[in-house]
Formats: sequence, C-alpha cells, structure tokens
Amino acid sequence: MDVTIALFLIQDGIINGAIYALLAVALVLVFAVTRVILIPQGEFVTFAGLSLAAMETGSVPGAVWLLLVLAAAAAAMDAGAALRERSPAKAVRLAAWNLVPAIAIAAAVLAMVPLQLGLGVNIVLCAALIVPMGPYLYRVAFQPLADASVLVLLIASVGAHLALTALGLVLFGAEGYRTSPVVSGSFQIGPLFVTGQSLLVVGATLALLAGLALFFGRTLIGKALMASAINRRGARLVGIPTMLSGRIAFAMAAAIGVVSAVLVAPLTTLYYDSGFIIGLKGFVAAIIGGLGAYPAAVAAALAVGLLEAFSSFWASAFKEVIVFASILPVLLWRSLTSTHGDEED
Amino acid sequence: MSALLEVGDLSVNYGRVEAVRAVSLAVQSGEIATVIGANGAGKTSLLAAIMGLLPSRGRVVFDGQDLARVPAEERVAMGISLVPEQRDLFGTMSVADNLALGAFRRGRAEIPARLERVYALFPRLEERHRQEAGTLSGGERQMLAMGRALMARPRLLMLDEPSLGLAPLIVRDILQTVSELRDEGVSILLVEQNARAALRIADHGYVMELGAATMRGPAGELAADPRVAEIYLGAAHGMA
Amino acid sequence: MNRRDLTRFLVFAAIMVAIPFLPFVPDFWVTLLDFVGLASLVALGLVMLTGVGGMTSFGQAAFVGFGAYATALLTTAYGWSPWLTLPVSLAVTVAAALVIGLVTVRLSGHYLPLGTIAWGICFYYLFGNLKTLGAYDGISSVPPLSIFGMPLLDSRSFYFVVWGFVLAAILATANLLDSRVGRSIRALRSGAAAAESVGVNVWRAKLTVFVYAALLAGLSGWLYAHFQRAVTPGVFSLTVGIEYLLMAVLGGAGYIYGAILGAGIVVVLKNFLQDLLPLFFGAGGNYEGIVFGILLIVMLQGARDGLWPVIAGRLGKAAPRVVDATGTLPGRGFDAGDGALLRVQGARRLFGGLVAVDNVSFEVGRGEIVGLIGPNGAGKSTTFNLVTGVLALSGGEIHFEDERVDGLGPEQIAARRIARTFQHVKLAPTMSVLENVAIGAHLRGRAGMVSGIMRLDREEERRIFGEAARQIERVGLAEAMHQPAGALALGQQRLAEIARALCLDPKLLLLDEPAAGLRHLEKQALADLIRRLRDEGMSVLLVEHDMDFVMQLTDHIVVLNFGARIATGAPAEIQRDPAVIEAYLGSPA
Repeated sequence: MDVTIALFLIQDGIINGAIYALLAVALVLVFAVTRVILIPQGEFVTFAGLSLAAMETGSVPGAVWLLLVLAAAAAAMDAGAALRERSPAKAVRLAAWNLVPAIAIAAAVLAMVPLQLGLGVNIVLCAALIVPMGPYLYRVAFQPLADASVLVLLIASVGAHLALTALGLVLFGAEGYRTSPVVSGSFQIGPLFVTGQSLLVVGATLALLAGLALFFGRTLIGKALMASAINRRGARLVGIPTMLSGRIAFAMAAAIGVVSAVLVAPLTTLYYDSGFIIGLKGFVAAIIGGLGAYPAAVAAALAVGLLEAFSSFWASAFKEVIVFASILPVLLWRSLTSTHGDEED
Repeated sequence: MSALLEVGDLSVNYGRVEAVRAVSLAVQSGEIATVIGANGAGKTSLLAAIMGLLPSRGRVVFDGQDLARVPAEERVAMGISLVPEQRDLFGTMSVADNLALGAFRRGRAEIPARLERVYALFPRLEERHRQEAGTLSGGERQMLAMGRALMARPRLLMLDEPSLGLAPLIVRDILQTVSELRDEGVSILLVEQNARAALRIADHGYVMELGAATMRGPAGELAADPRVAEIYLGAAHGMA
Repeated sequence: MNRRDLTRFLVFAAIMVAIPFLPFVPDFWVTLLDFVGLASLVALGLVMLTGVGGMTSFGQAAFVGFGAYATALLTTAYGWSPWLTLPVSLAVTVAAALVIGLVTVRLSGHYLPLGTIAWGICFYYLFGNLKTLGAYDGISSVPPLSIFGMPLLDSRSFYFVVWGFVLAAILATANLLDSRVGRSIRALRSGAAAAESVGVNVWRAKLTVFVYAALLAGLSGWLYAHFQRAVTPGVFSLTVGIEYLLMAVLGGAGYIYGAILGAGIVVVLKNFLQDLLPLFFGAGGNYEGIVFGILLIVMLQGARDGLWPVIAGRLGKAAPRVVDATGTLPGRGFDAGDGALLRVQGARRLFGGLVAVDNVSFEVGRGEIVGLIGPNGAGKSTTFNLVTGVLALSGGEIHFEDERVDGLGPEQIAARRIARTFQHVKLAPTMSVLENVAIGAHLRGRAGMVSGIMRLDREEERRIFGEAARQIERVGLAEAMHQPAGALALGQQRLAEIARALCLDPKLLLLDEPAAGLRHLEKQALADLIRRLRDEGMSVLLVEHDMDFVMQLTDHIVVLNFGARIATGAPAEIQRDPAVIEAYLGSPA
C-alpha cells in the first residue's frame, strides 16, 4: 500500500464515518430518551434517499402512502384510547391532530413532485414526508410499550425493522438508485482527488453535530429531552410529558436520517435494504460509545468508517464480518464494566 | 376553610401486596400536614399515588377537582409538586439547568423571578449554580430537589423524607425552610420518619402502620402520645 | 413429567404420527409440516434460552447454519454417509456454541441480544464469502438420508424422521426443565442474585442452556440439509433468526408447546402469504416480512406471553407434584468450635465517594441470634451484601469459622453454608413454592444435564423434593406448597425464601426483613421457628424494622446509622441508649 492509497482510504473512511456518526448520534438520542434501540434508523435513510431519487424523475414516491397509513394507525390508536376514557370530543381532536398534517403533506407532495421544481424543493418535500414518520412510528409501535423493558422494546424495534424493510421493497422496488449530488465538481489536493459532495458530507455533519449541541445546551425543550433521558421520573415530576419527549426524539432521528440520505445518496447506490447495514454500522459506533455519550459515539463512528475502508482494501469479502465482529469485544467490555444492568431491566 | 387536598379511601397495590390500605387524609390551605410511621408503612407509596405516579383506587381531589384521569405531568401544571425520597435530580446537568427545568410548565418568562426566590431560600444553590447536580452533597441535593419543585410555583408541596440521610443540623435548616414556605401560603404534606422533628413543625399529623392510617390528630397531641414511640422502638421491654 | 404432561405428550405424539396416514392429507401439507418440525426444533431451543433462561437471541439461524454446512460439506466433498455426519454436525455446533456462548452469556441486559445480532450477521457474511462453502451459491447435491438403504426422498418418509426428532426433543426438554440443572436455569429468571445465593454457578447455567439451544438448532440444520438437499447462506440470515424469535414470542416463549404452535403458525402463514398476497399486490414483494414485523409488535403490545397460555388455560390445570415425604437429604450438623462463627472486622464499603458502611465490626456467635438495626439508609443491606459476597469490601476483613471469606463470590459463600433471604423478594413467580424452595438444595445434589434428560436423577430428585417439602412445612407454608410463588402474599413469599435458604442446610442464616408483611400471629410463629433453629445450633443474623419482633427475639443487637455502628448490646440496653433513640425518633431539639 502506498501513501496515495492510504490517503484515499482515509478519505473514504472519514466520509463513511461522518455518516455513521450522524446515525450513531440519532441512535444515542433515541435510546437515551425512550430506551428504544432504534434498529430501523437505517430505514429512514433509505426511505429518504429513494424518495429523493423518485422525485428527481418526477414520480411520486411510494413513501406517501406509508405516511398516510402510519398517520391513520396513529389516529386510530389515539382516538381509541380517548374513547375508552369516554371522551368522544377528545377522540375527534386527536384523530384530526394526527391525520391533518399527514394529509396536507401528502397533498403537497402529490401536487408538487410532477412539476420537478429542483433539488432544493425536493429535499424540503422529502423531509416533510419522512420526518413525521418518526413520531408516527413511535406512537404506533413503541408508545404502548413505554413501560416495557429495554429488551421488549428491542424486540419490537427488530419487528419494526422487519416490517419497514419489507415495505421498502413494495414501495420502492428492488432496483437501486443514486441521486445527483447537492454540490457538484471536484478538485485535487496533492495526490488526493476530493469531490464537493464529500466535503459537504463532512461539513454538514459537523454543522449538524454543532446544532444538536446547541439544541441540548441552550433550549429549554432540548434540556427537557435530556432530562427525560437522565431521569424519567424526575422529568415527570417537573411536568415534562414523556410521550412528547418520545415523539420529538423520533422526529429528530428521522430528520437525521433525511440529512444522511441527502449526503450519502449521491455517493453510493441505495437499495431498499441498504439502510439496515448502514444503520447497523452507526449502531456499532453508538455501542462502542456506550449508547450514552455523543462525543464518544462520533469518535467511534470515525473508527468504524476507517476500519471499514481499510478492511475493504485488505479483505474486501470479509469487510462486514470484520466490522460486525469488532462489536463483540466492545459489548463484552461494556458488560463487564457496567454494574448489573440485567437486574434492573 | 376548605381542604386543598382531600384523599379518600386511597389504596395502592403492588401485585397482590396492598401497600396502602384505604387511607383518608386532608391538607388544609396553608397548613403543614405530616404523615409519620416506621419504615415500610406505605408512606412513599401514598405520596406517589397522590402525585399520579402509581395506579391507585379511591379518590384524590385537589382544589375541588377530581384527579382520577389526570396524569402526573398535568398535576404539576395544576400546582402539585413532589420532592421524592430519591430526589430524582438530573445528575449530569447543572444546578441552574435543574432549576430551570423545574419551571418547565411555567414557561421561560417566569424563570428569572422564580430563580431569584429559590436562591433567596437556598443561597448555597446560587453559589453552586454551575456545578453538576450529581456532585452535590446530600444536603445540597435535598435543597436542589426542593428548589426545583418550588420553581413550578406549587400550591401543594409534598416532601418525602426530606431528612433522609442528612446530619441533624441540616435537617433543622431544611425543616425551618418548610415552615417558612407554609407561612408564605404553600400548603405542605410532609412524610417523615424523623417523627419528633416533623411533629414539631406540623399542624396536623397522621400515623401510618402497615399501609393504614392508624392515628390522626393535632401534631402536638401526637407528639405526646406514648404509642407513637412504641411504633418506632417496640414495646416489648418498655422504654425508659 | 407429571401425568397431565405425559397425557398431553402422548396425545400430541399420536396426532402427529397419525397425520401422514390420513387419506385426506395432501403431500403439500405433509411437506409444510416437515418445515414446521424443522422450525420447531429451533424454537424449542429458543424457549429454553429466552423463555426459561431469559436470554434473547436473534442469531439462532447461525447455529442451524453450522449444522447444515457441516454435513453438506462432509457428504459432498468427502463422501461421508449422512448418518455418520450427525454426531460431527452436532459436535461442530456445540463447539461453535461454546466459543460464542463464552462471550455471549457474559453480556448483560440488552447487550446480549445486540451481540446475537452482531454474530448473526457475521456468520451470514462468513458463510456467503467462504469459497469452500460455495460462497453465496451454497452447496448443492447433498445426499438424502436413508434408512436400511432406503433413501428418504419424499416428504412423507422424511416426515417421520423430523417429527421423531421433534418428539424426542420435547421429551428431553421437558425432562431437563424438571431436573436440578433445569431448576437452576429457571432460577435465572428471578434474578441472578437469588440463584447465586444458593450456590448456582450462573455463568455455567447460562452457558448450559445456550449450548442446549444451539444443539437443537444444529440438529435442525442437519435435517434441513438432507431434506432440501442443498444449503445456501440466505437460509441462515438474520431475518430467519428474527423469524425464529417470532415463533417463540408468538407461541409463548415460556412453553414447550408454545414453540411448536409458534413454529406452526409462522411456517404456514409464511407459505400462504408468499402464495396469496402477490396475487393481490403483484409479485416481487416480501409481504410476509411486513406481516411478521407487525405481528411481532402486536404480540408484544397485546399478549406478551404468547398464544399457548391462552389455549393451555382451557386444557385444565396440572395436578400438583407428588412429594415423597420419606425423601430426605442428610443434614451436616453444627460443630461446636470455639470463637465466633462470623467475625466482621472494620468493614468498609464506598460507593463512588459515598461511604455506605464505615468501619463496622461485629460478631455472630454459634447458636446466637443477632439483630442488625438502624434507620433507612443506615447501611444494613449493604452489610448483608458484603457478608454474602455480593459486594466486595473497600476495606476491613470478614472471617467465617477459621477462614477469611471476604473476596469470595456469592456461590462460594453459599458453599460454606451461609444462606440468605432478600429485602426485595427474589422468587421465580411462575414456579411453584415447592420448586422455588427445591432450588435451595442445589449444592446438596449432583445430577448433571445428561442424567436429567435421561431421567437417571429420580432418586436424588425424590430426596430433594422431600427435603424441600419438609422445610416448607417448617415455615408454615404447607398449604401453599403447590401454588405459584407469585400468587402468595408478600409475607408468605418471605417465608418461602426462608424455606429456600434452609434447604441449603446453613450454619449461618441471614434474614433481611423476614417479618415485613406478616400478621401478628404469623410473626409469633416465625419468631418461634427462628428460636428453634437457634436451639438446634444455627446462627441467625437478621435485619428487621419491627422492633417488637427484634427486641423479643435477639440475643444481641448491632445498631447502624450513617453507615457506622452507633451501639451494640443486649436488647434492653439498646432500647435505653440515647444515641439509638435519637437515630430513630430524631433529635427533640
């Protein structure tokens, strides 16, 4: 291996690592607030990326129908709960609260996509389409299990992943897509060939991480989210509704998924099931960081990206084996250093 | 004078175990009511049920409104705050952030004024406002937990074992603050193991044994009742 | 196996054997049932691993892969006969399970299922990339099984082999559950602390059940290879692993027949979804994935125990276990010895910067009842945990008889005949009181997994249960013996814990709030029992808040406050001690 190849691999590793860092942060965020280990995080990325690809060709992405179905299910569950309390007025209000935004978004997407208004509008539409799926998914799959153990939530999370991946095939087909880059062009630094999009990946990741730090450090709602993560009962005692925290956390996770998709979709071809492996690598990073610390997760994500880049050079067939096997010693180390976690679960 | 809080036949079950058995009590506006009793008498479960943290049977009425379907978060907004036995602070956040979150239901605008009031009551908290809550001493944690609850401007403040694990001098300071709050018009429901200290500042007292309220009356009368001492230290050999 | 379970098994076996002979059952259904049988084997293992042992695995498909690839490789590349490869396939699976299990069972909480996802994916990619295993094309032309030279080519003849193994696996699993090793595995669900306190080696119990589950999966893989006559890595992917877990959750992860039921539903449903849904929604979809994912979530939200308990509830209750009262384990008596039995010297324990126990010293003499009292948070339970090896000392020493015992783990402490109960009761709520108590005799039996499965442990079991029944009678719970422990009132559960501790045949008994939740007469009975134990030579150290109880029962009292010893002496002295009065009632000032 010469210096050029090494530099190239490092660049590759950093770009991938930046994406994994975003996903790792989303996973840490969701786990901290809701105790859900969000296996379907990667599905947000593929759904956003494939929706964006569909919009580029002027066709309405299938995700519209998924959004409507999720909204209807959430509305039915909220209304059902209100009816069991015998308050029909509340049932109607909650149903509308769930349905109206989804219908409005779907209408906007149906009307605007065929006009092919350009990448900027498409990204906005894509975000409007995918971000609300987060809170709806929380409402439908996880909120009824809010008091369950981490383990039960994890099994439900795996169930959601199974269903969403299968839905991805129905909604987007088996073909892979790549979107056009947000920033085109490229330039040469020494022996290294750098594309504008890859700079954007690193820049946007840094900006998003900084934005998250500001959100949690400066805003009351950000602090409230963090508080629900640190001590759920303490959060309830100051009046923070835990269900709201859950929905916000899932919305943020979906939003991070959209950003990751915008960044990564021009660089690699996305298939309906690519999200799982991408998400899991973010997840390896999140675990190495202990599912609790953001800076550690980001550092670990870079390490995962680099490990992946170099192992694809030396043993490309066993790239995934190496990346996923690397998690086991970390899990073991985490288990041995944490105090009897299983008693509390 | 009508009662601010009325609890009627409240029962709490853990599986088949009845932790609280048909307890009735009332807290009048502007008074300190105390519930005393040995460990395991069900005092903590009683407070958690009034706060809405535990499912219960029976009636909880606050300011004339039945709380049956009101979740804990909304009870906070109505003016009930609980300072729990474990304090439940946000350990990795600063003292100032903990207090700011106490006013979550009151909104940003009210924070400065409430903060000033809390710092006046507990100057130690102002000195340490940038310190992480998890690094505070036991007494300071208790102050922070009370301060955080007061940020919500409660009308009823419930305190669960505020003296737990604290040195006697600090206990005296904290209970002193509790009586000051009463004088400002905050009604207080105080659960304590430290019976003598609690009865000294309280207006009314209840004694709990094995989940049931077995004695009640003006605090001064209970303090003089020999049966109270027996509950704590046993009567087998009599007491000096 | 009791009579109900035996009847149930025989009826089930008869039905399964009869099905292929019925004239109206088409080949298609027999084939489907072959697949149900294959899946049932894996799901049975998951019932043991997840439902009974409390370890959730998404990676069982990998073990199916080990079994399948081992035989496929040996029969195609080396020309072995299929039956010869059976022991090799199983040995490969067991070896793999031992290596993977050594890491996996040490993962705590949710790290464990995450670990299974990680190695589940690893093995999929490994199988898919190894040239010797045919990479993603897998291995084809695997020879069929044959019996007496007759190849089992069609699904009807193969049916009897599969279901023969499934029925054998059901018997083996039921026997294992009803054995000393099985009880120690079942005890894991009530928390590792309780199991360790009676001397169960928790890691070993976990590894045992892990290997057992893998073994059944490997067997399924071996059968699969010869039924399909080909193996590809896709069959051992994580998605399939998730489907196995769905089977267990759907049927009921705690029940043997739940595994069969779940496997049946998932396999049949999958087949129909794959056939039917494309007719409505067009081809090219993975519709069963959508349905299975949603089904998994719905089950967790609506019926977390699965479907089997709903059905079993209609089939009637089990008759209580028959206990042979003459069964008994030899007691080991008490030595007179000189000096105190337990000596705690300057014990210290820090949690972070907090001193929970600060330089505490006391002794428990032979045949003495010592009370450890103090207000909430005084360090009493921490002291208990230090003595029983649950927590390590930060300073000081603990001696038992002539041996220094600080630094020993809980199960080594139990082996020295120190037994305990817990402040927060730790019983397995769905197991009967009798079975819970029998766990206490773990160290007094020696039957292993194989003798349990083979039913060679009956004499020892008779003795263990006789002993357990006697201890239950002794604490006054004879009437509740056959009830599930979770159905008892809290006070009764505490008594059951005492009976479990007594089954250890302890020299020193540590009781954490034994009288809490008991009525007056029950307290008197408990006090009488503790006195009798003392008179027999046992030493007792107890934490208790009911002062009447402590004062009338103990010979000696140690009072803690803020982690430090503030008084020690006879009960009457303690009640007059001003420091004690202040600690409890608060300062009058």
